[in-house]
Amino acid sequence: MKERRISETNPWEPTWCDVPKLDLKSERYVKIWQGPQHPGVTGNMALELTLEGDVVVDCRTHVGYLHRGFEKLMERRRYIQCFPIVCRICVPEPDYNEYLFAAAAEELAGIEIPERGAWIRALVLELTRTAFLTMWLGGQAAAFGLGTIGQWSVAHRDFILDLFEELTGHRIYHMYIIPGGVRHELPEGFAGRVEAVLERIEKIISDIEKVMFHNAVFKARAKGLGYIPPSWVEPYGITGSTARGAGVAIDVRKDNPYLVYDKLDFEKIVGGESDVYERAVLRKEEILMSIRLIRQILKRMPGGPVRAKLPNVFHWRIPAGETYVRAESGRGEMGYYMVSDGTEYPRRVNVRGASYTHAMALLERLALGVSNADIAGLMTSIQTCPPEIER
Amino acid sequence: MKELLERLEDRFTVTESDVERDNLAFITLPSKEVVQAATHLRDIEGFGHLVMISAVDYIERGIFQLTYILHNYDKHSDIGVRTEIDRRNPVMDSIHHLWAAARVYQQELREMFGIDFPGSPRVDEPMILEGWDNIPPMRKDFDTKKYAEETYFPREGRVTYDPARAMEEKNYPLEARVKKRIQKLLREGKDED
Amino acid sequence: MTEERNMNEEFEMDELFCTERPKPVPPPTRKIIRDFYNWAQANSLFILAYGTGCGGIELRPLFTARYDISRFKILPRPTPRQAGLFIISGYLAVKSLKRVIRSYEQMQNPKFVIALGSCTVNGGMYWDSYNTINRLDYYLPVDVYVTGCMPRPESLIAGFDKLKELIMAGKAEGANRYAEKFDWYKANQKKIIKDWDMPEYNW
Repeated sequence: MKERRISETNPWEPTWCDVPKLDLKSERYVKIWQGPQHPGVTGNMALELTLEGDVVVDCRTHVGYLHRGFEKLMERRRYIQCFPIVCRICVPEPDYNEYLFAAAAEELAGIEIPERGAWIRALVLELTRTAFLTMWLGGQAAAFGLGTIGQWSVAHRDFILDLFEELTGHRIYHMYIIPGGVRHELPEGFAGRVEAVLERIEKIISDIEKVMFHNAVFKARAKGLGYIPPSWVEPYGITGSTARGAGVAIDVRKDNPYLVYDKLDFEKIVGGESDVYERAVLRKEEILMSIRLIRQILKRMPGGPVRAKLPNVFHWRIPAGETYVRAESGRGEMGYYMVSDGTEYPRRVNVRGASYTHAMALLERLALGVSNADIAGLMTSIQTCPPEIER
Repeated sequence: MKELLERLEDRFTVTESDVERDNLAFITLPSKEVVQAATHLRDIEGFGHLVMISAVDYIERGIFQLTYILHNYDKHSDIGVRTEIDRRNPVMDSIHHLWAAARVYQQELREMFGIDFPGSPRVDEPMILEGWDNIPPMRKDFDTKKYAEETYFPREGRVTYDPARAMEEKNYPLEARVKKRIQKLLREGKDED
Repeated sequence: MTEERNMNEEFEMDELFCTERPKPVPPPTRKIIRDFYNWAQANSLFILAYGTGCGGIELRPLFTARYDISRFKILPRPTPRQAGLFIISGYLAVKSLKRVIRSYEQMQNPKFVIALGSCTVNGGMYWDSYNTINRLDYYLPVDVYVTGCMPRPESLIAGFDKLKELIMAGKAEGANRYAEKFDWYKANQKKIIKDWDMPEYNW
């Protein structure tokens, strides 16, 4: 175990206090821009790094390269017209956006979804988490130079995308979870094909475990890198597996159960080392847990209708009110704050992207003292996802 | 949740409180008391997780509504602290000293709504937009369609339908025609009066 | 803090860049040489690995084992100086467009542009957004459009085939078009990029 590279200063002190004043004219420092190209799978964002030798002494995150103004666009679309654009907010995990938008609208409108609809929703959400985390493992390995794992994991993610294509008609953006339930029934024999894919994923995960987590280079570079003390979790708003890696047991699926998670049998996966290696191990475990959850869901899914009857969606007025709904995505807590004023258009929809604070406030603090070569691995490890940061 | 709201009402001037569901409530406070209330909620009531800071533009009432959503990890409940600030002079006290992550939300609100948070670090730096010279885009009086049509060379041939009317004409052509005729008659009848 | 950060930016940007305008390159006059050039260009397409929008996620299966684009003599390159094909993978925010223009101009001739997704054709889903452009061909010369939201990897492969056909026929003249109508493209770009702080043309 290497010594911790970031001192555990008072966590309530905001980031900029810790940064020493740099004399940029002294020719001791070099300023470089990393991005807006992808260093790994982190997406289209830029880091402005000030280096002393090889070590980062100042880091600024720059986002905005993917801003489409979703929240403004939603204000001039009817609720049902919003639904095809929300999934485009996060590219690797679009279904969480669809689910949260639907859940917020249903809660404000007072619509109960049928039980089978909820089970199918949970199935889709777990499938998309498996797909995202599988691809993420490849990205994390590739950020440390293990390119083969990226080839394996992206190819195996494609098998899940094939399932989605069969279920919904599209590989990436599914538009399957609509307000009131899901769009249609599962195809015939779907459970068997899901099981075949799950077995393939399990096999590749056991292979990845051998070549990634026992790899001397990956261990040497990832252990001790990007240490997050547990006391940072609340001030920086860290959620999801990044917080669980620090030993803080928070998981929205267990704490605030939504859909059918209160009926499923699973445990929170909590670590404690809180470095890049630990988080990668944790997410590998999450893939395996998602696979177990999918099996449980397929086994216990009841019959019945999949969609509740909605009022005419073109004249759908939602009563005035405001709400906040959340779900546990593969990156952490994702939430929608929706305000309705009783008209056909939403007054305001605000998206809390899971990696919003990770990529902005936390990364700027975490990058200090890290070698420039490890920045890509660090960014991947805290799962930055620019499309949901700037929407 | 009920007891929490009662305790808050004793301590602060809560003008309005809604219980949305058994683990989510919203309270409205005067803007002067929000930082106190946030500190109280964080340190005494255990709401340690700042979920988001959001703003809603109520242009017809001339106010911005700010919403701070806080989460309690022990009781797994949320509280939304709402406050209203004047739309012509939108200034709000910063809470970056309470949560390090709050700086980012405040920077975004400054850019997208033009709400100022004096003292918040780097709040005046552009975050998402670059070289923006119009009114802040998330305000209700900013018309994104008009701006896009004037700026970005729309490709000719795009037709926009109102979904309600388009589907009515597609599915019920006869009724739609009759409805249109009646509406036309009514309009012309009015013109004659 | 911000004052200190700006202190090292006092050198003159203009002195560092060549300000000469791009010139159209006429194709070789002898047919056999021209055909050889076109054949060589069509069979060595190097992509600039810059995922501008959501289309970037479909490039990843394309480059890896499932679709394996290197079968078609296409490879990703990390820097514009080594690349000859720019895939605009989706909507372009104005901030992104600025970087895209710089990257495109730094690429060496012969260079081509494939625009991926409906949002590069007419704005697609984001036609009324205040921050994304509607028509890419007003800012960069586009050789092939691949429509869809988002297009499958197979349709992107079909787009590559189409581009190869165009190059073999000598019709993929995007870079020359850019040089000929340089003033028109620059006027369009400057209309939306409000803080223009880069040179007219990056060599």
